Amino acid sequence: MTDSSEDKNGAAEAADTAGAAAEAGPVAETGAAPAPAGPGKPAAFLEVRDLKVHFPTDDGLVKSVDGLTFSLEKGKTLGIVGESGSGKSVTSLAVMGLHRASRRQRSKVTMSGEIWLDGKELVGADPDEVRRLRGRQMAMIFQDPLSALHPFYTVGSQIVEAYRVHHDVDKKTARKRAIEMLDRVGIPQPDKRVDDHPHQFSGGMRQRAMIAMALVNNPELLIADEPTTALDVTVQAQILDLIRDLQKEFGSAVIIITHDLGVVAELADDLLVMYGGRCVERGPAERVFAAPQHPYTWGLLGSMPRIDRDQTDRLIPVKGSPPSLINVPSGCAFNPRCPYADVPKDNLTRTVRPELRQVDGGHFSACHMAQEERERIWTEEIAPKL
Amino acid sequence: MTETTDEQNTTIPLQKTGETPEGGSADAEPLLKVRGLVRHFPITKGLLKRQVGAVQAVDGIDFDVRPGETLGVVGESGCGKSTMGRLITRLDEPTGGSIEFQGQDITHLSPGRLRPMRRDVQMIFQDPYGSLNPRHTIGAIVSTPFRLQGVEPEGGVKKEVQRLLELVGLSPEHYNRYPHEFSGGQRQRIGIARALALKPKLVVADEPVSALDVSIQAQVVNLMDDLQEELGLTYVIIAHDLSVIRHVSDRIAVMYLGKIVELADRKALYDSPMHPYTKALLSAVPVPDPKRRTQRDRILLTGDVPSPINPPSGCRFRTRCWKATEECATTEPPLVALRTGHQVACHHPENAPAEQKDSTN
Repeated sequence: MTDSSEDKNGAAEAADTAGAAAEAGPVAETGAAPAPAGPGKPAAFLEVRDLKVHFPTDDGLVKSVDGLTFSLEKGKTLGIVGESGSGKSVTSLAVMGLHRASRRQRSKVTMSGEIWLDGKELVGADPDEVRRLRGRQMAMIFQDPLSALHPFYTVGSQIVEAYRVHHDVDKKTARKRAIEMLDRVGIPQPDKRVDDHPHQFSGGMRQRAMIAMALVNNPELLIADEPTTALDVTVQAQILDLIRDLQKEFGSAVIIITHDLGVVAELADDLLVMYGGRCVERGPAERVFAAPQHPYTWGLLGSMPRIDRDQTDRLIPVKGSPPSLINVPSGCAFNPRCPYADVPKDNLTRTVRPELRQVDGGHFSACHMAQEERERIWTEEIAPKL
Repeated sequence: MTETTDEQNTTIPLQKTGETPEGGSADAEPLLKVRGLVRHFPITKGLLKRQVGAVQAVDGIDFDVRPGETLGVVGESGCGKSTMGRLITRLDEPTGGSIEFQGQDITHLSPGRLRPMRRDVQMIFQDPYGSLNPRHTIGAIVSTPFRLQGVEPEGGVKKEVQRLLELVGLSPEHYNRYPHEFSGGQRQRIGIARALALKPKLVVADEPVSALDVSIQAQVVNLMDDLQEELGLTYVIIAHDLSVIRHVSDRIAVMYLGKIVELADRKALYDSPMHPYTKALLSAVPVPDPKRRTQRDRILLTGDVPSPINPPSGCRFRTRCWKATEECATTEPPLVALRTGHQVACHHPENAPAEQKDSTN
């Protein structure tokens, strides 16, 4: 996750100006290295800048995502961690262009900021343009495979459909491809199971089938939203291994969204911790786990019982509950729950919203406390208790 | 919903029972004694509802729950752990076997005769949304046990309910509110308050924290710890999360397809698991430490759990076990104590002491 090094070069590689999207620039060729054209174009494969997604409701404006910036290279995995209502799922839906739940909502949801995928800007892009990319260049795995697969159609026909939407091939070829994919994700007897309905699959197999469907078009960006939450641990281990292997094989960029720090530690190269619609900490996973720099990250680590330690002490939970996204606390959103809210002077935590500041290479934290102070608290007060 | 800061970093009640390392020493009469417990759900077919098979949800399990301890029950979905929970609280009637609570056989008692026992055995449910009636106020929900049991607590029902709400970290002013006004964690606290209303001896909690966010989960786990210490409760905690189970339990039973495959003290189970399934289960849990990612030897089980309608012959785990032999297919391994207080049902146990195979059962 490099910081947005903008304007790398200005060489415009205009392959195809399809869609005639508002601000969407030229469409670069898929598969090729991103070719930024003009200022503002990022070098990274996926770059999200100051993304905001707001939903108007009867109770007020829900600021699900409120200024999120990150980038991701191909072949890398980004883990987004947060509790329910932190905006992690909305982020992924926004990248996929799926954040409008219904036609009625369409006019109301406001999304601003920039999402650059392989040199194309998606926020202002024509929905048709985004639809062409969705499923082909970017794909998604959902949490609950039973509701994400259509119960009426066979698993095979759903994969075939996903393939034929983007490829002009006959049914036979597509079916062959579907069987091939089912085989690749480890479904036994794929030539028979291809004609089964979702209910004939077990939970783990359904998740595999969804992964097969997501990968049938060799997407360059794969978003997995809580891919293993509904599964048992032994099956979860299988699926995480599968995602890791497939990423190696296809070299795609993967975003994995989860509430389980264990899953992130298992898969992610980079880690982004979300709270109240914003990023509170991000950086290389190893560094964030070794020396987290935000009290909320400490809270998450302290809340987790550990499988690898015989700890009989009490857990150290975060007090209170997550904020409402309609009334996000002023200043730092975490301040009502933060045990260190009074450490910075002048009531800073309650009045000024902290910006992400660099801790060291690639590791950022949004906290008002001085870095020395944070490091002292972590090494002296938090780490010994974990 | 605040409290639960780390005001007391002392040990939680875990150690209390650590000094009775099992071995049949009858120093304390078990609170709950389960022998050969079976629950088969019949599968019927046709007009005459002829029985064509049975889902063998729980198929012969034995265990004791000692006063003051926490027994953790883990297993994957479909292993029968929830059915077991419903049987020992007698929300469901066993097909076979026996359940003794405080020396009284409650296996087949009628609902009317069960009522006195219900005071002593309570349940906390998984889903804090489904387990509270949305049309009732919190006061009504928490006072229901008093009404049903005809108990008039000292100082009146309302006062007692407010005391309970305070006990679980809610405000007494919440008495007249409705469930939808509360967050998931708060609702779970309401469920706990209701379970504790009649001062039960045994509380069975079925996945008490799995529907909650991590930070809230820790609050509820700590609350349950505190309550156990304060009120001397005995817990049976059913969960699929091995980290949570490790944290809360004194002894742990691992279930697979309707059977207990391993039953041991927490430390013994996690330090030297003897059943291959337990070993695989423990190795599959992701550890929040990226450095360890490469250096763990994880055992990847292939395939899924077989159907409990047609469980494999002999040892039920043999179809996914890397140590399975002929013997496993023909003979079902009994649950025996291979070490003091460490019972395993396996023909080829891991970490096994070479000799002594004294069967207790």
